[in-house]
Amino acid sequence: MARYIIRRLLWTVVTLVVITAVAYFLFRVLPSGDPVRARAGKAPTQERLDAIRESLGLDNPWYQQLGDFLWNAAHFDFGRSYISDAELRPLLLDALGATTWLVVGAVIVWLSAAAVVGTISALRRGSLPDRVAMGGALVAISAPVYWLGLVALYLFASDIGQFKVFPGAGSYASADGVLDRAWAMVLPWFVLAAAFSAVYARLLRSSLLESMQEDYIRTARAKGLSERRVIFRHASRSAITPLVTALGVDVGLLIGGNAILTESVFNIPGLGRLSYDAIQRGDVATIQATVLFLAFFVCISALVVDLLYALIDPRVKYE
Amino acid sequence: MTDPQDHTPAPERATATGTSPAGGDAGRRAGAPLLEVRDLRVGFGSEDGLVQAVGGISYTVEAGRTLGIVGESGSGKSVSSMTLMGLTRSPSTKIEGEVLFEGRDLLTMSTDELRKVRGNEIAMIFQDPLSSLHPFYRIGDQIIEGVRAHNDVTKKQAKARAVEMLGLVGIPDPGRRVDAYPHEFSGGMRQRVMIAMALANDPKLLIADEPTTALDVTVQKQILELMDRLQRELGTAIVMITHDLGVVAETADDIAVMYAGRIVERASVHDLFSHPRHPYTWGLLRSIPRLDLPRDVELVPVDGRPPSLIGLPDDCSFRERCPYAAGCCRPGMPDLLGADGAPDHQVRCTMPPERRATIWQVLADGGTPQEAATKAGIPQPEEVA
Repeated sequence: MARYIIRRLLWTVVTLVVITAVAYFLFRVLPSGDPVRARAGKAPTQERLDAIRESLGLDNPWYQQLGDFLWNAAHFDFGRSYISDAELRPLLLDALGATTWLVVGAVIVWLSAAAVVGTISALRRGSLPDRVAMGGALVAISAPVYWLGLVALYLFASDIGQFKVFPGAGSYASADGVLDRAWAMVLPWFVLAAAFSAVYARLLRSSLLESMQEDYIRTARAKGLSERRVIFRHASRSAITPLVTALGVDVGLLIGGNAILTESVFNIPGLGRLSYDAIQRGDVATIQATVLFLAFFVCISALVVDLLYALIDPRVKYE
Repeated sequence: MTDPQDHTPAPERATATGTSPAGGDAGRRAGAPLLEVRDLRVGFGSEDGLVQAVGGISYTVEAGRTLGIVGESGSGKSVSSMTLMGLTRSPSTKIEGEVLFEGRDLLTMSTDELRKVRGNEIAMIFQDPLSSLHPFYRIGDQIIEGVRAHNDVTKKQAKARAVEMLGLVGIPDPGRRVDAYPHEFSGGMRQRVMIAMALANDPKLLIADEPTTALDVTVQKQILELMDRLQRELGTAIVMITHDLGVVAETADDIAVMYAGRIVERASVHDLFSHPRHPYTWGLLRSIPRLDLPRDVELVPVDGRPPSLIGLPDDCSFRERCPYAAGCCRPGMPDLLGADGAPDHQVRCTMPPERRATIWQVLADGGTPQEAATKAGIPQPEEVA
């Protein structure tokens, strides 16, 4: 097992190097603008441009630039933004904090909702609650996050809402303390979780329906176990495997920056926002750092998922 | 409030205590049988209509005895047994009749009452031991769970019981293997685990649904011997469901042959194999190899297919496939009646006894159904056409 984890981590490093290199070439071959010019202000002199170029290390050959970046990244030093000259590490960590808050809360919301809805739907297949839930799920999946976010703000935000219940957009940045931050995240949590709840509820429903047909469920019933135990101990254990797979990919992507729509609507300074702004401004240094972050979290959550498999299913063995 | 169960007849209690550890003779006592199935009917609702999987079967099982239920796929043998355990209950299932277990009707019991019987007084083992065991849990935990569902014991006590049972069914090193997962066992060992699990609560009745079908022949033999030994040691009655006449020949005391949801012949093992009386039973016996016949005698499969179980006519279900139907069948469903001179040998066929004897004589000597029919003077389809 330990050997397996070490091997996977080494592969993660290789993956990260490859992805960083690809990102690097993309932004060099298809530049969104010369970062030096973006920084130099109006009508700069050639000397000024050269000076900035040198200070950013952009006069070095590409392989040295890439090498320097990777070497520094390995020491958790991502350099400075080409635009604001701010040090990127604290910027990234702050953004990561906000995004983690958002994603972890949303995951809890959507897993709880999916567990309840999916289980009831599976056990009462074809009943009215099942049909209402599955119809509602389709609506939730179809609703775009930015639209749902705006509707949520219009209805419940404390500044512009019809019912001034929850803090509105931008409240996270100004929130102090854990409780305040959690309170500020309530709307974003539910908006981000809506579509995921629906997807996971459907996934759990079909997976539970399938596992309820297994022979070992018949055995469990024949043993005289209570139906509750049959469902929650025997059927659910097998039914959650596909959910774990999906969760690994989704959490990795979301923490890495895919929560960008929710972060934009609610003005949360997370990784999604950071990369979005960086792309708009052609801030190659920041872009590279966020790409590296995304790839890192996807790789790590894939590893965690594979380890979870071994925990759930004793037949899975890693050498 | 009076509990209807209070009226459990006194003689039955008396005979229950009379069940000697030897077990073998206990079944032959007079009095109420352990299990009595009366006119059990099971239908499943489907888009095409009601599928009458079991069309009215009756049988009894005495304590400590083995009843073999034989039939091909879809004959209703598994459905009828699952129904005893309440495992076919659903809003779309129509169940009628009576299933008396020690005088209590299992069909009218609430789910909770029935749950106390399941795995405790009646246990069940299934065809495929790999898929019947939960792949994610240790076998010990799966046995412990069953023990603790019915007994107020600690986990430690239940585990001791699990180890004891695993030893009893012949799992080597049970103290260590109790913590193994199902995939770490061979097929035969897994079925032993299933048997250990089923017998952990000392059930009075074990329903074995094709327990050896998924196993190699040599392992089949071991499992059957194991069940035989455990029955002698524990006095458990067994309902053995199988499509394999060889299996029931070895293990059963009595045999019921099922076809299209009904019992077509019922007799003791000896009577059934020496004087089978139903054409379907003849077909089954003629389709398996026999060592006492010359090697060039061909096996004869039963022609045709079983009828659809939707809208089954009130008529002999086997007539379509019966090579001897011409000239002696009467319309309508024949009753399951005792044969002439052998009231315990029941058969659902109206064929006259002499003709039956003539036909079986030919078949037993290795003749084909055509030869037998000709000898009995029955016109053959070819001749008719």
